[in-house]
Amino acid sequence: MTQFVTKEKTKGLDEIKSSKEPIKKVSLIISKGSLDGVYPGLIMGNGARMEGIEATLFFTFFGLEAIINDKMDNLKVPTVGNPAMHIPTMLGGLPGMSSFATKKMKEEMENLDIPPVREFIEMIHDTGAEIYACKATVDMFHLDESDFCEQVDGIITVGEFYEKSAGAEIIFT
Amino acid sequence: MTSETKQEKTVLLDQDGHLANREDWSEELAQELANIEDVGELTDRHWKVIKYIQKEFDEQGDAPSIRKLTKESGVSTKELYQLFPKGPAKKAAKIAGLPKPKGCI
Repeated sequence: MTQFVTKEKTKGLDEIKSSKEPIKKVSLIISKGSLDGVYPGLIMGNGARMEGIEATLFFTFFGLEAIINDKMDNLKVPTVGNPAMHIPTMLGGLPGMSSFATKKMKEEMENLDIPPVREFIEMIHDTGAEIYACKATVDMFHLDESDFCEQVDGIITVGEFYEKSAGAEIIFT
Repeated sequence: MTSETKQEKTVLLDQDGHLANREDWSEELAQELANIEDVGELTDRHWKVIKYIQKEFDEQGDAPSIRKLTKESGVSTKELYQLFPKGPAKKAAKIAGLPKPKGCI
């Protein structure tokens, strides 16, 4: 038998395991359709699963773009109306600026091994996380199930979202 | 507990519960760590992941991201989560005798 002791020698293995009550489940709402609006939710969802936390992703309003087959590969970084871009608004509005910023950001993310949206959605779904589309938005945009990538587990109402989020921390992005 | 008399051994852990000294690691110890982590009996597939992240750690100084791991080790994301339930990156690193991974992905 091996005995495991920590550096401080004051805490045993059981204490390390139970020192803090861990988060067990998260429900992430992804409501924005820009590239930078979508990634935080995806990274947090994937990160939750990596920590053994259950995760449900709920896409609503323009966030739906991240799971629509024809749109998900073409999300863009906006260059207008975002002071943190440090580009004057008039310049940011010039043709090609958004595409340029998007290309740059995608390169940076690839360097960090952050996958493109479609691959990320597949990966997150493979970790066992559930992915849902918001019914109100689906109706508003006249969409149906065939518009979404195959990883989408269903189109659900806000009520069903709350049911599925029982016991979860809800995070709005 | 096995019936054989085993020599009592003391192994130092860091504050995350990972091995403090990699030299303490052995394949037998990996199995003991796997038992503690509820991973169970280590199979060839587990070993494939463990050996890969050890190699990657030696070359890069950190455990690989899950994306890199699945692409290069030939173990899919789904399988990885089955092999190391409830936190594959951390558990695999722990069993491999490596510190907690630093990456977010």
